[in-house]
Amino acid sequence: MSRSVLDDDLLAGVRDVSPLMLGIAPFALVAGIATVNAGLGLAEAVGMSVIVFAGASQLAALELLGENAPLAVVVGTAVVINLRMLMYSASIAPHFADYGRRLRAGLAYLLTDQAYALSVAEFDENPDRSRWRYYLGAAASLWIVWQIGTVAGVVLGAGVPDAWGLTFAVPLVFLALLVPAMKDRPTTVAGVAGGAVAVVAAGLPLNLGLLVGALCGIAAGLVTEVRAS
Amino acid sequence: MTDALAGLVASPRAWVAIIVIGLVTYGIRLSFIHLFGRIDGVPTRVQRPLRYVPPAVLAALVLPRLVTLGPSVPATLLDEKLIAGLVAGAVAWRTENVFATIATGMATLWLFRFVVFA
Repeated sequence: MSRSVLDDDLLAGVRDVSPLMLGIAPFALVAGIATVNAGLGLAEAVGMSVIVFAGASQLAALELLGENAPLAVVVGTAVVINLRMLMYSASIAPHFADYGRRLRAGLAYLLTDQAYALSVAEFDENPDRSRWRYYLGAAASLWIVWQIGTVAGVVLGAGVPDAWGLTFAVPLVFLALLVPAMKDRPTTVAGVAGGAVAVVAAGLPLNLGLLVGALCGIAAGLVTEVRAS
Repeated sequence: MTDALAGLVASPRAWVAIIVIGLVTYGIRLSFIHLFGRIDGVPTRVQRPLRYVPPAVLAALVLPRLVTLGPSVPATLLDEKLIAGLVAGAVAWRTENVFATIATGMATLWLFRFVVFA
């Protein structure tokens, strides 16, 4: 028996993800604005949002591209930012283990912080759900809003005068993600150290400041964890 | 317009970056979803540092955009971006809301740029 794709499980995913759009839509707008500010256009904005589809790394890459940083630094920085998804992939993998290779390959493309967090919580709470349909409902909704938001941001970014400083929305988005990420002592130390080193290292050649700051922050978090235990 | 010129110069680089970042990121996403059954999970030695990636990276992205080391302490502190960042940080902490954080941060920036420091 085949079910319609638009069934209850998929719609539950769409419904559960919708409150998060209040955070995603402005984030996507900022990604579009940042594309314009990096001297790029609509094609690059859409290309990046479809091919990369990972907001924080997109913003960081755009900023570095705008500053003419070497490609290796642009790619290295973006990859470090996206490494966290290794954890999501490992954690969600058992839930997708019964599905075919092609379906898993498609579901993996849509993996994001929000889709992961919502789905894993729902799979634990509600084992009767069709897992891939629920995940698809949430993840595909995020994808659609992300694409529309980026395009809108390009249009907006091209129309607003520079004096308004719309690029300042980029660190504000990161700030909104940073504060809840500092949830205990070691993660707070990682944030404080990473930020402080990045400020001091801002003048490093090749725009390496961000990467150096991030690595020092990770090390500081680890040291704090070891010393506490 | 410098934008158009910069676009011309930057675009091939941008596309290379987009494609390479996209491929590696997809590999990260697919990794364990694809390999499940053959590899059981992330080894603890990899898992522990990964926990600190989000706060360390995000702070390294944020702080240099808020703090510009000036010639003196007052010059460093009396900066519209730092003030706006502190206000937005307080809002982020109280509300954990992306939209509210952006809105108050931008409003504070404009208040200081166009009114207080104008």
